Amino acid sequence: MPYQLAWLIFLLPMFSFIFIVFVLRLFFRSRPQLAGYTIITALSGSLILSVWALFTLLSGQEIAVPDVTWAVLDGLTIKLGLLVDPLTVVMLLVVTIVSLMVQIYSQGYMHGDAGYHRYFAWMSIFTFAMLGLVLADSLLFMFVFWEMVGLCSYLLIGFWFHKPSAANAAKKAFIVTRLGDFGFLAGILALYLNTGTFDILELHALAVSGTLAGTVLTWAAIGLFAGAAGKSAQFPLHVWLPDAMEGPTPVSALIHAATMVAAGVFLVARVFPLFEHSTQALNTVAVIGGITAIFAASIGLVMNDIKRVLAYSTISQLGYMMLGLATGGVAVGIFHLFNHAFFKALLFMGSGSVNHATGTFDMRLMGGLKKYMPRTYTTFVIGALSLAGIWPLAGFWSKDEILITSFEHQPLLFWLALITVFMTAFYMFRAVFITFGGEYRGGAPSEHGGEHHSAHPHESPGVMVWPMIFLSLLAVLSGLWNVTGHFAAFMGHGETHGFFEGLFHPFTQPLPWISLLLAGAGIFLAYAMYSKKWLSAEKIGGMFQPLYKLFSRKYFFDELYKNIIVRKVLLGGLFFIFQLFDSHVVDGAVNGSATIVRVSGGAVRRAQTGQLQLYGLFMVLGIVVIVLALYFL
Amino acid sequence: MALGLEHYLILAAVLFSIGLYGVLTRRNVVVILMCLELMLNAVNLTLVAFSRYVVPALLTGQVFAIFVMLVAAAEVSVGLAIILAIYRGTETVDTEKFNLLKW
Repeated sequence: MPYQLAWLIFLLPMFSFIFIVFVLRLFFRSRPQLAGYTIITALSGSLILSVWALFTLLSGQEIAVPDVTWAVLDGLTIKLGLLVDPLTVVMLLVVTIVSLMVQIYSQGYMHGDAGYHRYFAWMSIFTFAMLGLVLADSLLFMFVFWEMVGLCSYLLIGFWFHKPSAANAAKKAFIVTRLGDFGFLAGILALYLNTGTFDILELHALAVSGTLAGTVLTWAAIGLFAGAAGKSAQFPLHVWLPDAMEGPTPVSALIHAATMVAAGVFLVARVFPLFEHSTQALNTVAVIGGITAIFAASIGLVMNDIKRVLAYSTISQLGYMMLGLATGGVAVGIFHLFNHAFFKALLFMGSGSVNHATGTFDMRLMGGLKKYMPRTYTTFVIGALSLAGIWPLAGFWSKDEILITSFEHQPLLFWLALITVFMTAFYMFRAVFITFGGEYRGGAPSEHGGEHHSAHPHESPGVMVWPMIFLSLLAVLSGLWNVTGHFAAFMGHGETHGFFEGLFHPFTQPLPWISLLLAGAGIFLAYAMYSKKWLSAEKIGGMFQPLYKLFSRKYFFDELYKNIIVRKVLLGGLFFIFQLFDSHVVDGAVNGSATIVRVSGGAVRRAQTGQLQLYGLFMVLGIVVIVLALYFL
Repeated sequence: MALGLEHYLILAAVLFSIGLYGVLTRRNVVVILMCLELMLNAVNLTLVAFSRYVVPALLTGQVFAIFVMLVAAAEVSVGLAIILAIYRGTETVDTEKFNLLKW
């Protein structure tokens, strides 16, 4: 593949953005669907090029893209360049496939929305930035795109900005991720000051050769991880992601499930040699990942909003990926990212589809949708099974590898991960049974959405269903890439073996049996509680009242941040000191100079008596003084 | 006793001082204006006297004096117009009462 085409992969969505904003929005207002067709065309092009790049790399060739000089400062040349390696290509596939599916789906979901042009313009620019982030070959270039996807996330969460909850969620997402980005920037600068380069491959080489090591490496890596934790909603910066569900559902599927939140995981994978050579940094990643996995899953157990269940599930799975990266290396973590992107985007689309039919995201108002929406139901269950890690669906393969590697390297975190397997299966099938099982409970109250939604839920249009069907195929099949060990080999470690040998290999080990049994138990418990109602959910909730409260209030993290950190520490402490400084030192200087002028003016104005003769007298005295001076000097 | 330059200068100085005294002490604006005229004429007198005694062949001082009279006439007309305007507003020509802009 000619290297110029690599640039085209991420520039195509940019062209789509320009075309929508400057041509379609201005001259073709009456035909908004053109905006959708534009982005779909552009992304199809990107997808084809990405697949081409994949096959080029698979055939053993390399794609070397020469750098372009961007800026020459005094003693500092900043270059832009693309890095096309197996990791990049896998991410390209994820982003282009999911984005394309989401755009097709959006044709149905956003139909008739007043901001149709705006929606697809921002989706274009997001995809551009995300692809750029994946392709960038220097940390600086990557940071530019990193901030750009953050901006797009803000814009798209707040897409319905007339809703105060959406506007607030957008701000929250932007500010919380900014905390992590500060660490990212500090990490980049620390690396630059110590090595003089932003180039990722050069940094790899320095870390491997041991030139870059010790405290500097550890702190730089932890700084980069802080950025990753903010973007990937890792504990304790996870609070923004559940609120981000205020955005349109396709946005959640693309940005907050499959791509942008995975950027943090990608970042850690991209600079993995840096982490690999610092045990403390690697342990930090593992511990944060492990804690996040179980922590978010436990909150997911009790949420009533279907999108919130999925959001906490996403956080939990991102924690898994971090754990996988830290214990098993790039291939393990990225393989889970790869699989997760497809089935989680599918699940979000499913939740959007039921929202389309019922007008609500509250599972308590749904129920019985199996009858009305058979295709959504089928695809949703496939996604849920894949997420729960049932053999031989995609989720099983990657989750299993993470369990194995964490068992070998972090035994304590392994137990957390194992409990999470049970929780994951339970909350997903709780959602499935509440949403699709039983009798229909009426959908949204009629003041919102109206009778149109509530009376007879119906299957979503084909333009929404077909992307779900396509993704459900991937949710089944994507895991098979690594059955032979081929994915890991492509990523640079591990060796391949036969397909059937790999397919049934898990059953010769105890660990996959345990995780399968746990997942099965979770599904069964959900079945017993929410479908057959052998066990009353209320009773169990009552039995574990304090725990239930802890989970449903999200461990009081929002309260902690709002009341303690923002109110007490920031407003009460830091900002109070700033305010004192401002009101006394800064304002004091301004008011002081004004006071000096006023007081001296008050003294001098006494001379202005308004008496004509006095003025005349002083004039005469003045003349006399001048004359005397001239005469005697 | 012949009249010398010094006699003219003394007369001019006396006139000037009377004028200055009037300007600084009188309250009535019209009187102040008249005193100003006195000062101007004292100056004219010195100009003409110097011209006559120092450079008799030239008429510099005389010409200058005529200019001063001309300007003084203009000044008086403007000054009287201002006084008239103030008088219409305040019903007075007393400088003590002109205190609208006083702090």
